[in-house]
Amino acid sequence: MNLQGILAIYIYEMNRSFRTLIQSLVSPVLSTMLYFIVFGAAIGSRMEMIDGVSYGAFIVPGLIMLTVQMQSVANASFGIYFPKFIGTTYELLSAPLSFIEIVIGYVGAAATKSFSIGIIILLTSNLFVNIDIIHPFFMIFFLLITCITFSLLGFIIGIISDNFEQLNIVPMLIITPLVFLGGSFYTINMLPEFWQNIALLNPAVYLISGFRWAFFGIGDVPITTSVFTILTFTSLCVLVIWRIFKTGYKIKT
Amino acid sequence: MKIIVSIKNLKKIYKNNLVAIKNLNLDIFEGEIIALLGPNGAGKTTLISTICGLSSITSGSIKVNNFDVVDDYRKTREIIGLVPQELALEPFEKVINSIKFSRRLFGKKDDPIYLDNLLKKLHLFDKKNETIKALSGGMKRRVLIAKALSHNPKILFLDEPTAGVDVELRKDMWDIIKELKKDGVTIILTTHYIEEAEMIADRIGIINNGDLLLVEEKQSLIKRMSIKTLKVNLKKSIAKIPDKLKSYKLKLDVHGNYFLYNYKTGTKKTGITSLLSDMGSIGMELQDIQTKQTSLEDIFVKIIKD
Ligand SMILES: Nc1ncnc2c1ncn2[C@@H]1O[C@H](COP(=O)(O)OP(=O)(O)O)[C@@H](O)[C@H]1O
Ligand SMILES: [Mg+2]
Repeated sequence: MNLQGILAIYIYEMNRSFRTLIQSLVSPVLSTMLYFIVFGAAIGSRMEMIDGVSYGAFIVPGLIMLTVQMQSVANASFGIYFPKFIGTTYELLSAPLSFIEIVIGYVGAAATKSFSIGIIILLTSNLFVNIDIIHPFFMIFFLLITCITFSLLGFIIGIISDNFEQLNIVPMLIITPLVFLGGSFYTINMLPEFWQNIALLNPAVYLISGFRWAFFGIGDVPITTSVFTILTFTSLCVLVIWRIFKTGYKIKT
Repeated sequence: MKIIVSIKNLKKIYKNNLVAIKNLNLDIFEGEIIALLGPNGAGKTTLISTICGLSSITSGSIKVNNFDVVDDYRKTREIIGLVPQELALEPFEKVINSIKFSRRLFGKKDDPIYLDNLLKKLHLFDKKNETIKALSGGMKRRVLIAKALSHNPKILFLDEPTAGVDVELRKDMWDIIKELKKDGVTIILTTHYIEEAEMIADRIGIINNGDLLLVEEKQSLIKRMSIKTLKVNLKKSIAKIPDKLKSYKLKLDVHGNYFLYNYKTGTKKTGITSLLSDMGSIGMELQDIQTKQTSLEDIFVKIIKD
């Protein structure tokens, strides 16, 4: 195991975000605050309680999920795409590093970033509304596994993409809609029955529901379903990455 | 001499079915400087890429220090440094951080003294804390070399280190390479400047179209290079070389208007004087004479054409 090598990538990636602190930290936090003000404070004051939780508090887990999922994908995909773009992957490939170690470095850094952003959003929200977390350890676990999984997904997107447009297209056309429609701002029981069934096809629903369960002990679907969903998703990403490296797809010539 | 890199029956076909290396065998000796000479697209970069792990191997095997580059990649890559052809560097990083990063990638802990010395050796020390994008092209090339040497490798690959570099800097680069050789580093460099191979290499390999056409000691190639050709234009054309001049191994032109005489410049007696006097003694008159140097370039072109 080349621990130094993993650390090199990890630290390098973390430094890159410190160089762009505004972009990597302040902007997601700021945009969440805006959501919070619009949906939580302005609209929320006119909304009734949902399952005994004020609307302001209700949207917090959804907002965190929304942000960490998009941030994980954005960070991890850019993290590996950029070296590909400027040609510095030669160094990764010629170093005594296994592919697993490369993934741990990049995905670890991306997941750390989005996890920190998630925690920061949680702390900021606490200034606006009172949040009691029923299952704090499970909440941390679920947040972490979500950050890791979506960073793996981002890594895959970064490897596959040949240009900046492709790098943006999957997050924009697939992930953002799924996550937005995944029940960040509502429970799916609020939807007409037809749309409820459609919504259940959206994996983001299970993740947001699971995370909300950690906070309030309530969710759209049973918690076991949520855990199963995220773990399936994680395995799927790991499998794809394993295939990519096994075949050298888009990495080795 | 110990063989440090051994390439056996190497074949590389890219995914688009392009055959970049056909069936290449090459042994590289520890401590030597070997120059791989060949035109663009010959397969030089591909060869380096398969040794260093950037390209997969279609068939054949490569051993570095007796370890297989696929099965024992950690052991082989640990002792290899690679300077790529392109100036691939993260523009917003500081020189020193970029070099530290490389060292750690290779599994080694930071060593400020070693790295400072390395920077000094490459005349980069005063740029230590500069951002890479602020450096000139030549400086960037040195940063790439520093990165490749950051983990103290035994073998250094330099892919066209002086392409697009001005004369001054090229000389600098040669000095650096010679210094490294003194430290016992084995150096494999690719180039399409014949002059470069001539200046610094111990052995020269010529690659074209995915074939290694020859590998030879530079000295013996230079001997071949020192052959000059004398072209003698005759006043009257002749049908065949007269018996008296047989010993000169002359080559007569098809029309009999001129002949060619090869001689060595390195030797005391070129044979030109006796040839001319022998010609006079049998009454052959010459109209004009020319000499032509066979350069390494000519050899190169000839080898590639054959
Ligand atoms: N990634 C690649 N995919 C397909 N063909 C390639 C690739 N890289 C190089 N080639 C081709 O392989 C041949 C050898 O290229 P290269 O090794 O770069 O030559 P050199 O370094 O001697 O100029 C060329 O015909 C080149 O077009
Ligand atoms: Mg090349």
